[in-house]
Amino acid sequence: MAVAYGTGLRPPGVRRRVEGATYEPLRGAAREAALAWKLRWRRLHRLRDARHSGRDLVPLGAPPRLPAGAIPVFAVVRDEIERLPHWLEWHRRIGAGPFVVVDNGSSDGTTELLLGEEDVHLWRTEASYRASRFGVDWLNHLLRRHGTGRWCVVLDADELLLAPHHGVRDLRALTTWLDGRGGRSMGALMLDLYPDAPVGAGPAFAPGDDPLAALTLFDPDGYRGTRQRVLRNLWIQGGPRDRLFHRAAPRRAPTLNKLPLVRWRKGDALVNSAHTALPRGLNDVWERVPGTPAQDLARPVAALLHTKLLPMIRARSAIEKARGEHFHDPLGHDGYYDALIAGPDFRHGGSLALEGWEQLERLGLITRGAWT
Amino acid sequence: MTVGVVMLVHEALHRAGELARHWSDAGCPVVIHVDSNVGDAAFARLRGATADLGRVTFCKRFRCEWGTWSLVQATQAAAEQMLRQHEDVRHVYLTSGSCLPLRPVAELKDYLAARPRTDFIESATTADVAWTVGGLSAERFTLRFPFSWRRQRALFDRAVALQRRAGYRRRIPPGIEPHLGSQWWCLTRQTLSAILTDPARAERDRYFRQVWIPDESYFQTLARNYAVNIESRSLTLSKFDFQGKPHIFYDDHLQLLRRSDCFVARKIWPRADRLWAAFLAPPADMPERSEPQPGKIDRLFARAVERRTRGRPGLFMQSRYPREGFENGKTANPFSVFEGFDRLFEDFEGWLGRALGTDVHGRLFDEGGARFADGGDVHAGGLPAAPAVRDHNCHHWFRSLVWNTRGKRQCFMFGPEDAQDITWHLSADGNGDFSVITGAWAIPLFQQGGDFAETRRLASRLQRIEQGHVEILRSPHSRARTRIWSLSDVVLHPMAPLQQILDEIGPKAATPLAEAPRMVDLSGFSNFLRALKNQGMHLPLVGDFPAEVEVAGPPSERRRRRPYLVK
Repeated sequence: MAVAYGTGLRPPGVRRRVEGATYEPLRGAAREAALAWKLRWRRLHRLRDARHSGRDLVPLGAPPRLPAGAIPVFAVVRDEIERLPHWLEWHRRIGAGPFVVVDNGSSDGTTELLLGEEDVHLWRTEASYRASRFGVDWLNHLLRRHGTGRWCVVLDADELLLAPHHGVRDLRALTTWLDGRGGRSMGALMLDLYPDAPVGAGPAFAPGDDPLAALTLFDPDGYRGTRQRVLRNLWIQGGPRDRLFHRAAPRRAPTLNKLPLVRWRKGDALVNSAHTALPRGLNDVWERVPGTPAQDLARPVAALLHTKLLPMIRARSAIEKARGEHFHDPLGHDGYYDALIAGPDFRHGGSLALEGWEQLERLGLITRGAWT
Repeated sequence: MTVGVVMLVHEALHRAGELARHWSDAGCPVVIHVDSNVGDAAFARLRGATADLGRVTFCKRFRCEWGTWSLVQATQAAAEQMLRQHEDVRHVYLTSGSCLPLRPVAELKDYLAARPRTDFIESATTADVAWTVGGLSAERFTLRFPFSWRRQRALFDRAVALQRRAGYRRRIPPGIEPHLGSQWWCLTRQTLSAILTDPARAERDRYFRQVWIPDESYFQTLARNYAVNIESRSLTLSKFDFQGKPHIFYDDHLQLLRRSDCFVARKIWPRADRLWAAFLAPPADMPERSEPQPGKIDRLFARAVERRTRGRPGLFMQSRYPREGFENGKTANPFSVFEGFDRLFEDFEGWLGRALGTDVHGRLFDEGGARFADGGDVHAGGLPAAPAVRDHNCHHWFRSLVWNTRGKRQCFMFGPEDAQDITWHLSADGNGDFSVITGAWAIPLFQQGGDFAETRRLASRLQRIEQGHVEILRSPHSRARTRIWSLSDVVLHPMAPLQQILDEIGPKAATPLAEAPRMVDLSGFSNFLRALKNQGMHLPLVGDFPAEVEVAGPPSERRRRRPYLVK
């Protein structure tokens, strides 16, 4: 039965104006100050945790000396030998690199592969991924040590950064443009790609293969966003995994907003993977046009092509289910793993084949903003 | 006679070297000013790269900062050196290290040779320019600016505010009428030397030293005093965005720049290898071209500005999440909500779909999940019908539906039995269009029969919900178009609302109703209503239901007896 709706005569969000209510803004300012203080503490805690977790990281090789103007890529990987060759090549081509990578106990040859690459600086740890807040503490540690003062790319090994003007303008052009406008971060939508077949039914995936050839489809619609008051980010959820696995509990659906590109300052901290960061201004990838209530669309927004659903996800899910190193409540996600192990079919009538960044912009999933 | 090129350089020195070679090969002497901020090693490399070019020289170096007098000093020094060293120069062209000649230099020389006394310098009075950023136009000339805008913004702003409050105004020296314009000009030897050798120059320099952004006003103002023939436009194509930052051109702008027919463009991204290679290549056989035509580029950038401030209506994404009420349209397309029609008419969705030729969904906000027009589980590119997902963020869900089916009016059924959270978002949307038959929720209760006490309870609840809903539709905050009939009105005159709806939202050529939907059988309904009333219910939304509606007979017969008359 329907929920009776309040019969107030104002739409939600339209506040009543009380005559002479001068105390209102004051209270608002006090609340804002309290929140700022709280978030400051949270940020400092993150930085302390990063310092502690950083002791677990064992450098393999000399400490990196990143060239001036480079845009390093920071990542935590585990057993990603199939994806990494393509992943490295893709990001080199868009002007990112060198790579600053934490290898979290790989056993499939990932370590050896990365050690053989000229532009990869590797750290290794056997410590718990979960205990390091799903890698965030390690990333915060390395970002602070090696990313301060630079534009940094923060990615997972199953994410490919597809920025507007991909293939024509590289990240150097993008970051220079952002610098000119005082922007310190760029947002991205994580776009789950899936195969044109049930997951795992296609040919096996070998190291160096192109995941975009194996995963061709995506959902052009079905994303929803909520503005988060505290961290000021837009919480985006949806996509094929939400459609199939989280229809009963949509709050648990994967978070799809990310901050893959940040001009790192000393004291910055990632909060929740690379979805959100502190200070809050970093999450403000939308802005207000000065002097008007209109929103500023100046900043570009990119897509992160998510190649999670490659054939090996089935075997991998069985392992991860047993490890319980992902998610805040791993037991609550057993159903999710079981569904992935079963090899679900994500296709539906509205699935589209990925063509390029222009297509995504036309669909309204990314934008070039004012970067014409 | 030839064109002398003054080049101001502060970064990407290797490109400056290529440019100097390009100009010099075409017979133009070049004087380069290199910013003092550039390191000695880089400067030495540039000198080395241009050492074999006899007509490329370097002038005294100044430490330049955006918007300050130092840029004018650098220009003056370079221009003086140009006039002194190269007697054959008739025009002096001011460029930067990121200004790329788009047309063969010979064409530029011919163009200028045909206009030997013309100065190309954009120069407009302060009252006429719209591009000033920061709210300073005439005040650039009447206030003092002791602080750097880039490095000491707070002090800068405070100094301006203080002078405004104190009513301070500088005296503008006699003989100066402030003009503004693009920094990049092309002046004749006569005009330029008159400016640089004027006996009053020292006094004027003293004045301009304290003007804000003098590089956009010094030559632009003084040229007015000496020039014979001013063409108030810059030969350099240069676009500025909303923040006063020059637009940057990249490889993908190649065709656009080619077609613009401009002589020189800035700012070119130093790493846009294709652009540099294409335009610095030796001139090929080009078709005869005439006046520069930057119109196409103007349109491209105008679109960008529009997109920036207004966005695409109904589109919500990572970079843009407007505050409630300030969106450029909550939804992308008009949509129509029908309440009660599906209860009163049999297969109303099918009939409406045929009449309008568009998507007509069932109950999108049904408690059991969205009933899409195609009966599917997933609609329009991945929108799930699952109720939990929909209700998790129902207005975003609905916006997605409208965005992804844009171009097609979305129609759907709604009623007090459905999830109601969406109501405000629909009614506050100017794209919304409501057709409501109030009280129609009583029909299924009547049809179901069953325990009357339970029916009574349900009826009361549904009526309460609908009352709240109608109140929202009628509130001053509602922006949707709304038509409300009571059930009784529609039962008595069923065709009038239908025809009105088709006239207002149907295809342009409004046709009379060819086919009318069938009304459900309502014999005994008035008794049902009477029973509800006898149980103490007040039924304002149903209206005065006629006691003898069953006398009108089955709907099909009634329709025959009461044909709809078309005017």
